[in-house]
Amino acid sequence: FGGKTWYIKVSFTCLKSKYLEELNIQTVTLIPGDGIGPEISTAVMKIFEAAKAPIQWEERNVTAIKGPGGRWMIPPEAKESMNKNKIGLKGPLKTPIAAGHPSMNLLLRKTFDLYANVRPCVSIEGFKTPYTDVDLVTIRENTEGEYSGIEHLIVDGVVQSIKLITEEASRRIAEYAFEYARNNQRTSVTAVHKANIMRMSDGLFLRKCREVAENYKDVKFTEMYLDTVCLNMVQDPSHFDVLVMPNLYGDILSDLCAGLIGGLGVTPSGNIGANGVAIFESVHGTAPDIAGKDLANPTALLLSAVMMLRHMGLHGHAKKIETACFDTIRDEKVLTKDLGGNAKCSEFTADICRRVQDMD
Amino acid sequence: MMATLTKAFKPILGRQLGNTAKVFGAAVNSQRGKPTYPPPAKYGGRHTVTLIPGDGIGPELLNHVRELFRFSCVPVDFEVVHVNSASTSEDDINNAIMAIRRNGVALKGNVETNHTMPPNHKSRNNLLRTSLDLYANMMHCQSLPGVQTRHKNIDIIIIRENTEGEYSSLEHESVSGVVESLKIITRNNSLRIADYAFRLARDKGRRRVTAVHKANIMKLGDGLFLQCCKEVASGYPDIEFDSMIVDNTTMQLVSKPHQFDVMVMPNLYGNVVSNVCAGLVGGPGLVPGANYGRDYAVFETATRNTGKSISNRNIANPTAMLLASCLMLDHLKLHDYANMIRGAILTTMNETRLHTVDIGGQGTTSEVVQSIMRIIQSGGPLTTEI
Repeated sequence: FGGKTWYIKVSFTCLKSKYLEELNIQTVTLIPGDGIGPEISTAVMKIFEAAKAPIQWEERNVTAIKGPGGRWMIPPEAKESMNKNKIGLKGPLKTPIAAGHPSMNLLLRKTFDLYANVRPCVSIEGFKTPYTDVDLVTIRENTEGEYSGIEHLIVDGVVQSIKLITEEASRRIAEYAFEYARNNQRTSVTAVHKANIMRMSDGLFLRKCREVAENYKDVKFTEMYLDTVCLNMVQDPSHFDVLVMPNLYGDILSDLCAGLIGGLGVTPSGNIGANGVAIFESVHGTAPDIAGKDLANPTALLLSAVMMLRHMGLHGHAKKIETACFDTIRDEKVLTKDLGGNAKCSEFTADICRRVQDMD
Repeated sequence: MMATLTKAFKPILGRQLGNTAKVFGAAVNSQRGKPTYPPPAKYGGRHTVTLIPGDGIGPELLNHVRELFRFSCVPVDFEVVHVNSASTSEDDINNAIMAIRRNGVALKGNVETNHTMPPNHKSRNNLLRTSLDLYANMMHCQSLPGVQTRHKNIDIIIIRENTEGEYSSLEHESVSGVVESLKIITRNNSLRIADYAFRLARDKGRRRVTAVHKANIMKLGDGLFLQCCKEVASGYPDIEFDSMIVDNTTMQLVSKPHQFDVMVMPNLYGNVVSNVCAGLVGGPGLVPGANYGRDYAVFETATRNTGKSISNRNIANPTAMLLASCLMLDHLKLHDYANMIRGAILTTMNETRLHTVDIGGQGTTSEVVQSIMRIIQSGGPLTTEI
């Protein structure tokens, strides 16, 4: 009798996994975050359900804990989940001051070796900014450069900060940039640098980019000084396609491009790590003043989730959800407060869900 | 007695004494800490200014400046010093530096830096700035009438530390494949530039100074810079002081530029922010820049471009270089000439027909310069034949 139950149980599990396999449902680690994080994560989950995207969510918390040896680390369940699923979606995390541990984003970056930060910036119709023809991607090296954190007080009143550029990291980011360009049908990659002043460091970065460009002849490669890029970006952003650069320039330029399309509330972002790990996130803050009031704008997290779908190869669903989102914003009838309307987050989400379902 | 004293001290104190020997002690003391003192006129009231043509569009634009000055009978003579960017020896740039020490004031085009050369071949422009200790780079971004831009009525002054920070050119390869570049921030220089910024804000009647930094990441370096700015701010209670992180600053600049008044920042952020602001008001052809040290002043275009792709085609925009020459005239206390030329430039700007290619028109450089000369002539003062 026990044997029969066992037989039934096992066959059921086999059937279930076969069922999931056939439907190709992938599990994604979801980190809701703090502040408005949980609300916008729920919104994204609802929209994905409406779109019937083959995604199963696994929620995890990443509040830092002190591991053995006294070093701060993320909880082992979160780490395990990420390493198993390889893909993650993260909401905004708050960095508590004087909590004794470094920022959560830094911890995540170090744990999963997230070396590339990718930010596609596309002008959103319906959200008016002075710049209407932006369509570029900034790829920023995320592990070294000016943010190595190595600083010394030489003598009283003289401080030295070290900018570290290594061959390995530069080669890795350049390769990722060209791969991205090829996979997303982008025509050119521009390396942004300041090699006239920082001859050795940016010179090394440039050399590696040039070497990698040799292997990707189908993508055009150009180099441009940082100041020229800034100057031209503000006058005519349509000239740029994919930009690859070290850490500091990437920080400044990616925020500049976000400003061109309307700010951090509508900008998606992805972090690519070694071993195939990829975490997509919204880069805005936790907005504690509107947390829990159903006023948040889920666009940034939603567009990051769309980026994630594209990364996973689910282009059909990505296109559907993205179009629905842009249509809602273009219509200008149901918009959250930061986009210029006065609808609630749930109303905005419901509108997008309706559009997605209508598309089927 | 005074005359003998003057003659005795002239070699040591240089031209600072000049015709202020009457108030000997006071004159010397008042030089300390003052940004720059214009050299007194020599040879019958005419100033001598060093001219460094540079590369790309520099030579042709500076020729136009000379033409305009000759036409308007401006009492300035130019001592031309060529700097060959291709040569590896530093003799050229040292000659230029010596000429600037001699004359005190210079007008220059940008000298190209070939970044494929080895690291010991330093950027000539950087060498000039650090040798002459031109610690403050001042750029006044103003929307010009008649130029179409996405944002209107911008009026921002950017003050950038010009000698240290990321531009220290101290790099080494500790291990093969790992390069370290040092960014140096010193208390002295940060205090100096903050003091310059606040004094300028007060002199020009500005109400707020914003320090741009990245102290959340570079805690010691930019933290020191921010602390120095705060210290100096406490000595100027009439001027508001706030600070902003550099990536937020660029985001705010492209969406809401009118919230900024005077901005002060270290070297690299200054590069980024000044280029963004120049783009906001219409491009690199419209904004002049000035580099001030304690004893010397060098004037050039704000964004320091060589413009190789548009050189010798008569399409470069002369406005930036001409406005820089007006700044130079102001520095030499020749305000009447400066205002006359500036007025003529702004009147020409209003004519869309004369806009050059970079601001959306079809005009040529010479047409713009001719128009300016015609306006000056019709203004009445003495001019030579065109």
